[in-house]
Amino acid sequence: MKLSSKLFGAILSVTLIATLLLPSSAEAKKLKVIATLSDLASLTQEVGGDKVEVEALAKGYQDPHFVEPKPSFLLKLRNADLLVLVGLELEIGWLPPLITQSGNGKIQPGGQGYLDASQFAQILEIPQGSVTRAEGDVHPMGNPHYWLDPDNGRRMAKGIAARLSEMDPPDQAYFQQREQDFEKRLAEADKKWLAQMAPYRGRKVVTYHRSWPNFAKHFGLDVIAYIEPRPGIPPTPSHTIELVNQMKRENVKLELIEPYFDSKTPNSIASMTNGKVVVLMPSVGGKPEITDYFKLFDYDIALLTKAFEETK
Amino acid sequence: MRRFHTLIFWMVATSLAATAQSQSPAPAQSSTDEKAAMDQRLRDLEDRIVMLEGEIRQLKAQGSQPAAGTTPAPGAQPTSTPETTAQQAAAPASQPDNVRLGGAGSAASKALNPDVSVIGDFIAGAGHNSINPTPSFQMHESEVGLQAIIDPYARGDFFLSFGEEGVNLEEGFITFTALPAGFVAKAGKIRAAFGKVNTLHNHVLPWADRPLVTQNLVGGEDGINDAGFSVQHIIPAPKNWFLEFTGQTFRGDSADVFTSSRKNDVSVVGHLRTYKDLSDSTNIDMGASYSRGHSLFGSDFVTHLYGVDATFRWKPLQRAIYHSFVARSEFIWRQQDQPNINLACGTIDCPAFVRSGFQRAFGFYASADYQFARRWFVGGRVDQSDRPFDASLTDKGGSFVLTYWPSEFAQVRGQYRFTRYAQNFDAHEAFIQLQFALGAHGAHPF
Repeated sequence: MKLSSKLFGAILSVTLIATLLLPSSAEAKKLKVIATLSDLASLTQEVGGDKVEVEALAKGYQDPHFVEPKPSFLLKLRNADLLVLVGLELEIGWLPPLITQSGNGKIQPGGQGYLDASQFAQILEIPQGSVTRAEGDVHPMGNPHYWLDPDNGRRMAKGIAARLSEMDPPDQAYFQQREQDFEKRLAEADKKWLAQMAPYRGRKVVTYHRSWPNFAKHFGLDVIAYIEPRPGIPPTPSHTIELVNQMKRENVKLELIEPYFDSKTPNSIASMTNGKVVVLMPSVGGKPEITDYFKLFDYDIALLTKAFEETK
Repeated sequence: MRRFHTLIFWMVATSLAATAQSQSPAPAQSSTDEKAAMDQRLRDLEDRIVMLEGEIRQLKAQGSQPAAGTTPAPGAQPTSTPETTAQQAAAPASQPDNVRLGGAGSAASKALNPDVSVIGDFIAGAGHNSINPTPSFQMHESEVGLQAIIDPYARGDFFLSFGEEGVNLEEGFITFTALPAGFVAKAGKIRAAFGKVNTLHNHVLPWADRPLVTQNLVGGEDGINDAGFSVQHIIPAPKNWFLEFTGQTFRGDSADVFTSSRKNDVSVVGHLRTYKDLSDSTNIDMGASYSRGHSLFGSDFVTHLYGVDATFRWKPLQRAIYHSFVARSEFIWRQQDQPNINLACGTIDCPAFVRSGFQRAFGFYASADYQFARRWFVGGRVDQSDRPFDASLTDKGGSFVLTYWPSEFAQVRGQYRFTRYAQNFDAHEAFIQLQFALGAHGAHPF
């Protein structure tokens, strides 16, 4: 009995002493930034340059709604100076307990180290009136897949640069200069992407999930329906039949799906409509070659334009 | 104040836009530079409008305009716009200029309401079990969750468990999230960090019941769940191992595990957790737990609990919503000294099976759950456990479970359970469980 108590006390004491004696990492010069998604990490890297150390929690080919709150993420969050998140409840299923358990006061909601990037972006599909889950897994504050619009990318980069400047005032000019440079490069790239997509403006497509409204708006695509009957609800036979009829009626050939969805239903729809399934990448890192925010659009637009050509 | 800012902004925006319009068609000599500058200004304007929309969104999410008559703090910087999560909305101290003391309006007070959720748990049972009988139909539990950020330094979580006949505070605690040196502390009524199952609420268990070892040795459904405080800390470890220690002290009352006869009869729990990502898709999670408290026989009699647990998870990241596998096991030892029960049981209510002297009971469960489709899970569990007050009696059993999720917010589960009780009685039972969630989206269990 006494031995157990002593053992317990000893373990507790050793733990506390070891923790308190460990050197602080405060001397690190670079701001440690953790982004929930790789896209936010890429934007932060663009404006933060070598003054920041950025890491993303979710992988680019992973469904960002269903990331597991692994304890290994706590190792990253506990030393972070800044947490950049998508917000709009995209990460609600996994991020809040990680933030609480991180033991890092800086990244708690409301702190300077907590940055919800949705505040800088144009948000679409904000539900009007009452919202119920009869509509599926709706996001009451609007569609969180807003980063798939280069204009929002620019706005988010500006917002991130402003926060980095607040946190590291001596490097404010550096961040602002990098942000302006990024904006310039993005504008040039966007011109190229818009030109590539120009022949297909107004083309009707179907998407699996409501992941692409910002992308579609920017590049002039018309999303007429979804393979999911409701957000977060898997395809049902009756909805699939309705969808096939609608696609035939409106001569829609392309289905855009994310890499984390099963392609079985989209493939069978494609075979019935003589259409094509295009697996677009919603995030940086979805493929090894998509190493940054620019390459994400390069990849998706190359795939799309090719698919449009093939389904003329 | 925000309305005033908004008005000013729109005036500026309108005038700039008008300027832009008046300039654009006019001079044929306008240079490329001027056009680029114009584009830039328009883009900046558009960005500011989007930012303003973000601010309006935030205000709408809060359900109100800021209280009238508030005065910005002197010298307040025009920093970034407010964050947009509901949690953030509940952090008043982060924007002290918006706080009005002395009775906010109803809309403003709603903005500070906690996130509310209700999880219903309905169970229908069939089969005969005279040792641990269950009703044919029961609204087993209705758990109401109330969760919010209290201030920049803490958050609060309450879980009220409504049974068919009464209400129980399952958990209610404050978590201090901004302590120095990376500590996280909780105070209130807490499910103790003893092993895995003890920490989990009913609705996140992969079964309709709890394992035999939990029922026999760790206090059953309520488990070690008591008022006290908890401190946890991540311990630096090499090679990306996650190592965390949790130390807890409680009043010392938890089901039939601990009884506090005096103020000093506190119980303690220590838990060491280690975790490692084996790959992007697989990980291993192990823990060792110890708990000590006083038994129902009085302050002179102490109960010790020892436990080890291990969990292996596989979830292919790209197909995470379709396939997963979790294997878990817990081994638990319970040791307690007991008085001469012929004397003791004359003065207190003793359990049904109890004997005098030192009892060393052991139990374990091993389970595996496989998700074979987006909505379907199949699993099994093997159980064995001695009885705590008479360790010579051992119960054994097993379960087969099939779960269907119509959506992320509802699930239907069928479970067949076989139990061979120590009295040589076999129970064959079947359960259908319906669980459904209303309100705020909770975190996914891990």
